[in-house]
Amino acid sequence: MDKILKMIAQRLALGVLTLIVVSLIIFLAVQLLPGDLAQAILGQSATPETVAAFRRELKLDLPAHVRYFDWLFGIFQGDLGRSLANQREISELIGGRLLNTLFLAGLAAAISVPLSLVLGILAALYRNTWYDRAVNVFTLSSISFPEFFVAYILILILAVNMGVFPSISNVSGHLEFWDRVYRSILPALTLTLVVVAHMMRMTRAAIINLLASPYIEMANLKGIKRSRIITHHALPNALSPIINVIVLNLAFLVVGVVVVEVVFVYPGLGQLMVDSVSKRDIPVVQACSLIFAATYILLNLTADILSILSNPRLLHPR
Amino acid sequence: MAEVLKLLRSAPWSARFGLVVILFYVVVAVFAPVIAPFSETEIVGAEFEPWGEPYLLGTDNLGRDMLTRLVYGARNTCVFAFITSCLAFLFGCFFGLMAASLGGWVDQALSRFVDVMMALPSLIFALLLLTILGTSVPILIVVIAFLDSSRVYRLARAVAMNIAVLDFVEVARLRGEGLGWIIGREILPNSMPPLVAEFGLRFCFVFLFISALSFLGLGIQPPTADWGSMVRDNATLITYGDITPLLPAGAIALLTVGVNFVVDWFLHKTAGLRDDQ
Repeated sequence: MDKILKMIAQRLALGVLTLIVVSLIIFLAVQLLPGDLAQAILGQSATPETVAAFRRELKLDLPAHVRYFDWLFGIFQGDLGRSLANQREISELIGGRLLNTLFLAGLAAAISVPLSLVLGILAALYRNTWYDRAVNVFTLSSISFPEFFVAYILILILAVNMGVFPSISNVSGHLEFWDRVYRSILPALTLTLVVVAHMMRMTRAAIINLLASPYIEMANLKGIKRSRIITHHALPNALSPIINVIVLNLAFLVVGVVVVEVVFVYPGLGQLMVDSVSKRDIPVVQACSLIFAATYILLNLTADILSILSNPRLLHPR
Repeated sequence: MAEVLKLLRSAPWSARFGLVVILFYVVVAVFAPVIAPFSETEIVGAEFEPWGEPYLLGTDNLGRDMLTRLVYGARNTCVFAFITSCLAFLFGCFFGLMAASLGGWVDQALSRFVDVMMALPSLIFALLLLTILGTSVPILIVVIAFLDSSRVYRLARAVAMNIAVLDFVEVARLRGEGLGWIIGREILPNSMPPLVAEFGLRFCFVFLFISALSFLGLGIQPPTADWGSMVRDNATLITYGDITPLLPAGAIALLTVGVNFVVDWFLHKTAGLRDDQ
């Protein structure tokens, strides 16, 4: 048990270190700009007074390390600074949107994870049949489709031609849970289609690898039913790679929402970020990047730790 | 020539399909001004004209000919993606091969730097950099190439690592050959197949990435014809059941599918490099 705790502690420490480095990058990226940020944003025509005032407002007149620690401590107290575009508190802008984004990613995960597991196991069982080949071509193509292509096809079929779902996901305000699900089902389906392919392929590969191992052959020879071999012998050992792929895809989901949110005008964090990029609202973009990056890193860390925990060889060391 | 034909005849239908698609795109991109009925940014009619004569695929939100924009889009989007992936490869391979053949602190420094870069999701990193540097085409190309080169670096280093320890490299070293000769004549030729395949996949990735950014309005800026922004500009048509905005999106999808098919076949040819098959 000690060994596992030590390994997990190591991973956690590494994760925290990564977070710190990433926060540094996000903060210092602003320094990359040749010359002065205030000048660059305000343009050539700005008077020296406005530039100076702007610099004071952004606290650009302080040295970089002071600003970094200010920013970091602010974040821990829930203070993300103010938006340049409309002077509102960033935490206020982000609050509800973050929940919306997490809801969307969660919904997509709830659909895509079971779906891809079932499809992947079936593809492994019926390997080299027409089903397997069809699934293979389908996944290879869906990996190559841009998200917005999938999204608009879904809108065309499900929203415009059949009229079952709304093409714009208006989830602002208080909604019943199922009403909210109904309104965000199209973006969730889009995300599902984008990630299912990868998860399914990896599940298939993991199971096929295992089915070739001697103990499965042994179980076969003993005359155990195929379904039992899969659930009792193959699946537990395939868990580690499968969990890894699932969590990595969840990390991808959290980032993948950006484009999908824009298509469906879904009021989430991704849309806020895209809007802020075009307005060059740097504090908001920094805050959003930090949140996205932190989620991404935390999920990757979870994948690491779960795959350690689901490895029987590590759980019962000799 | 005969060998190439023989190779092509042995290709599965998916790879042939991919090759035809790629060839088609190249022809369209090269001969864009000849094929397109109008000029790239010319406003020729009313907004959102339906399909028919003389605008075969209708007009877009500003009244420009859709077919013309599609044809020029092939040129712009593909060329940008191609230049970007070439740059990414140049950076990535150069540093990857250096790290593998020099080892020691060069390898450590480069690898840790790349680790940090890969800890950030690339779309988020790109958005951050574009906010700061602004969105112009040269910046776009450099930013994406920079982000992508970290992935190329990983692969190039891993492949070259395996080769750098082989006997013939050691012999070359003992013979007193310089670093450039060892990389160029010993390591690089032996690590070509995986790198070529990676180039195909990278191109797809960059292509999708640029299209996504353009779709978000942060990539290639108007009035340059580009598939991602064409989808964005004409998306309202979808709600009326008009499939025109799907054409540029489909054009993107078709090319990436084609390239993926060819890469898949190539990997199959160059033996078991892909273990999930």
